[in-house]
Amino acid sequence: MVLSRHVDPEEVVSHLQGARTSNNKTKLSHLTPYDTAYASQVEIPKYRLPDDGAPADAVYAMIRDELDLDGRPNLNLASFVNTYVDDNSQKIMAENVAKNLADNDEYPAMLAMSQRCVSILANLWRVNKGEKAIGSPTVGSSEAIHLGGLAMKRRWQERRWAEGKDAYKPNILMGSNAQVALEKFARYFDVEARILPVSAKSNFCLDPDLVRQNIDENTIGVFVILGSTYTGHYEPVEEIARILDEFQNMTGIDIPIHVDAASGGFVAPFTHAGAGQRWNFELPRVKSINTSGHKFGLSCAGVGWIIWRDESYLPQHLIFKLHYLGGTEESYTLNFSRPGAQVIVQYYNLIHLGFSGYREIMENCLANARLLSNSLEATKWYTCVSAIHRPTKTVPTGVAQKVKNTVESAVSGGGKEQQQQDGSGETSAAYVAGLPVVSFRLTDEFKREFVHIKQETVSLLLRARGWIIPNYALPPSEDGTEILRVVVRESMSFDLLDRLVTDIVQVTEKLIDNDEVDLSILHKQRKEPAAKTDSSKKSQGGVAKDTEQRALNVGKNASRMAEGIHRSVC
Amino acid sequence: MVHLSTIPSEDEIDDKLVESVKKAHLQLVNDEDAFTTSVYGSRFAALDLPRHEMPEREMPKEVAYRMIKDELSLDGNPMLNLASFVTTYMEEEAEKLMTESFSKNFIDYEEYPQSADIQNRCVSMIGRLFNAPGGSDDATKGAVGTSCVGSSEAIMLAVLAMKKRWKNKRVAAGKSTDKPNIIMSSAVQVCWEKAARYFEVDEKLVYCTQERYVIDPEETVNLVDENTIGICTILGTTYTGEYEDVKAVNDLLVRKGLDIPIHVDAASGGFVAPFVVPDLKWDFRLEKVVSINVSGHKYGLVYPGVGWVVWRSAEYLPKELVFNINYLGADQASFTLNFSKGASQVIGQYYQLIRLGKHGYRAIMSNLTRTANYLSDSLEAMGFIIMSKKSGEGLPLVAFRLTPQEDRNYDEFALAHQLRVRGWVVPAYTMAPNTKNLKMLRVVVREDFTRSRCDNLIADIKLGQQLLEQMDRDSIKKQQDFIHKNHTASGKATHNHPKYRETHSIQGRTGKTHAIC
Repeated sequence: MVLSRHVDPEEVVSHLQGARTSNNKTKLSHLTPYDTAYASQVEIPKYRLPDDGAPADAVYAMIRDELDLDGRPNLNLASFVNTYVDDNSQKIMAENVAKNLADNDEYPAMLAMSQRCVSILANLWRVNKGEKAIGSPTVGSSEAIHLGGLAMKRRWQERRWAEGKDAYKPNILMGSNAQVALEKFARYFDVEARILPVSAKSNFCLDPDLVRQNIDENTIGVFVILGSTYTGHYEPVEEIARILDEFQNMTGIDIPIHVDAASGGFVAPFTHAGAGQRWNFELPRVKSINTSGHKFGLSCAGVGWIIWRDESYLPQHLIFKLHYLGGTEESYTLNFSRPGAQVIVQYYNLIHLGFSGYREIMENCLANARLLSNSLEATKWYTCVSAIHRPTKTVPTGVAQKVKNTVESAVSGGGKEQQQQDGSGETSAAYVAGLPVVSFRLTDEFKREFVHIKQETVSLLLRARGWIIPNYALPPSEDGTEILRVVVRESMSFDLLDRLVTDIVQVTEKLIDNDEVDLSILHKQRKEPAAKTDSSKKSQGGVAKDTEQRALNVGKNASRMAEGIHRSVC
Repeated sequence: MVHLSTIPSEDEIDDKLVESVKKAHLQLVNDEDAFTTSVYGSRFAALDLPRHEMPEREMPKEVAYRMIKDELSLDGNPMLNLASFVTTYMEEEAEKLMTESFSKNFIDYEEYPQSADIQNRCVSMIGRLFNAPGGSDDATKGAVGTSCVGSSEAIMLAVLAMKKRWKNKRVAAGKSTDKPNIIMSSAVQVCWEKAARYFEVDEKLVYCTQERYVIDPEETVNLVDENTIGICTILGTTYTGEYEDVKAVNDLLVRKGLDIPIHVDAASGGFVAPFVVPDLKWDFRLEKVVSINVSGHKYGLVYPGVGWVVWRSAEYLPKELVFNINYLGADQASFTLNFSKGASQVIGQYYQLIRLGKHGYRAIMSNLTRTANYLSDSLEAMGFIIMSKKSGEGLPLVAFRLTPQEDRNYDEFALAHQLRVRGWVVPAYTMAPNTKNLKMLRVVVREDFTRSRCDNLIADIKLGQQLLEQMDRDSIKKQQDFIHKNHTASGKATHNHPKYRETHSIQGRTGKTHAIC
């Protein structure tokens, strides 16, 4: 991940020399882990491989203690990545941690499980009967997106060559809400990224109208995101498919869709709300779909999936065959040796939870997210940019509703009536479809009344209480708006939610009670260390005097995509 | 006294029998026992595991766990797998640390700053191990590096960087950028071919010969033209473990005044050479070497899922490829193909580095070299031709083949299959192209391959050979087919797709088999 500059230790070491005693050799015999030289006299090696090692339990204790400084995964509401795995998953991970997913000959049972997961997912995404779906586990959605994009590029190239045309200027479409991996694909594989601006009209997602204006003969495909990471809205796959159908009828150019369902691939199929409209292989134009097993797939960090609807969409040129002891394996991956334990946990989850188990969890997440949204809006201080708590009736699109009903009855089958007779009764079906994400911001009235309060301060104060709720700008061209985002994961229980709402309210009240000066001090202190590492932050320097200037600064706090800064967590 | 008893008539006997059968009709439990007794008493034990469709209903976690665990017992025994370089042993403390970190997402820098810091320390240690130039004065001069999922990702990143740098230069000079090429040995690992294919770079291969299994520096440098983005040299080929002569390539480039970068693929050798042959110059001490990758999960002694790549300086990493990621006010430069992934392997790497220290790594690598020497000597005494180097001139692996002999009925593949029956996975390969279909066997000596296990292997090779000597050609063929079908996973594989019979890779064209790594 992080590129790091390798640090010259001379300086550090000389700095520490004074503190060193002559007896700095690590003792080999010791009573407790804290009895070794590393406990007090010698610094733990940081930049240079130490000449001598240290006892296992001491090293274990040191590293474990150091890792205590990492955040508490459960309170990290910024990330979609699953943090709760049950004991059995943990056990099965630990038992299989040494297994290499690339070593198919040695670990055939693991390979079989990964095949079953592919099969199960293909069926879950309604692959057509006559087609031979093909797919692969990946390290995460990033790898999957690279693979999906590369296959689209190659198909486009082959078609162009067959038509005797040039294939030098491929382009690909995506909304500016796209995760950084999608843009990386374009950059690394020499494809022009046509990043379409988002607007309130398009729910801060890919705008179908702009898609229509930007496609041409060199478009290798369109990335459609099922579940924008900013606001949790699903992008209208069906609508975009229809536009591309029209384009094909007019020009004969067939542009495929790759659905990046990193988060939504494990949510939409299970929830009663579905995806609002059709999104999966039911649409002939959707050629490939990827998802992250480690998000709502409920596995551990390090597994994603990609599936093509039919083998004909995976160009042969990209496949490599490997021989093992006379047998062969086909492979289309960017990574080779990698852990396989996550795949096993994925399979465990699929069969342990089953359809109804996943449905229950996803409905719970959505119900909690609705509760949080409604509570926040009830304060009148906040308004939600995400829409999962809004009843579908306010968005009266007859077609969408009808489609949803059919999707729903198709997905839930006979169990539908039974579900609705259940005690609580309320399901996500009555609400706008989306990821269990709550994106909210201060209301305009609140901002007018308390001009001095920066939204980022809310994020900072909550962090002091242990919650990690990021504050950032919406994608271009809506990046004047900042949002706070909470991802409601499986582990975000009702009780925890209650605490969160209380803390948000308390923090906001505190802000209202404090005057400007206190707040600016808080802000300055926090910014100082950052200023050292990044000179671009200098604009943050002095305390602005008039409110206009301050309003400008608000814009500076949340980093802008236009400046080449992407949000990291997804 | 003896009781008198009546003798029952035939009818009576029949009647009674029928009666008793009627009474003893089957009384199987049919109450859909979800999970009350033991796992094996539940109804799930009598059902097939779902394979293609998600089950409608849940399954108790104990059952799901047990079913999957049982099924995984069909996987091979990693200890006996002598085909793979990938680590199969770590200390309990390291395992514990890794287990505790499973649910940490490595990319989430803000949430897990300490894990990120630990990566930086590893990069620094590994960079120094490869004699990377320090950059204390000028910030743009110092070496940079990153962790990866494995050497494949590392290599793709390195190729991407070389390509971009070449392209930028060409564009600046107003020349065409259509036909980049990269020079590599025909013995490369498949990911090099993948990188070339996926990033649209032509591969220029330096072929091996029957006597030489590594690149010839002269021939390599002669292939250089204006479109060459770089040269790949391998520190420890996967076939014979021999180190390619990086220094000679470097010196030739310097002598001819060619400005072509070298990438060293030290996937296996990066953690061996610095400890066993510290004087061998292959790393950043050579001026043309701009980047090096190494697999942490091979001789770095960590479980699969970690690799490293280091560039000589930021200059070799065009900034268009680096994405800045902001999270809660902290900017992070990132250059990866993967994003979210587990943090445990990086933590495991740091554990090994500071736990073992140089001394520990040296001790382990020395032992491996000794064991490899012992195995080489023993096999040589048994009449095999040893193709790998000894005493630290290559990786601790033993590549060997049978002496050419007309009247022998079996080949290396037959012997490999024979060993398979005893549980050993010793792969047989067809060498890189232009070596006249040379076949070979390869044993990778890993940390957990001790001298006594080595003796067991030698005994089994002897046994296998004796058995094969006594068999005629037909029965060997038959037996080989049988073993292939029934004792190997790939023989039983049904997942290989008939559509993809590719002929575009070196393997597809020439029949070279890729060595597993």
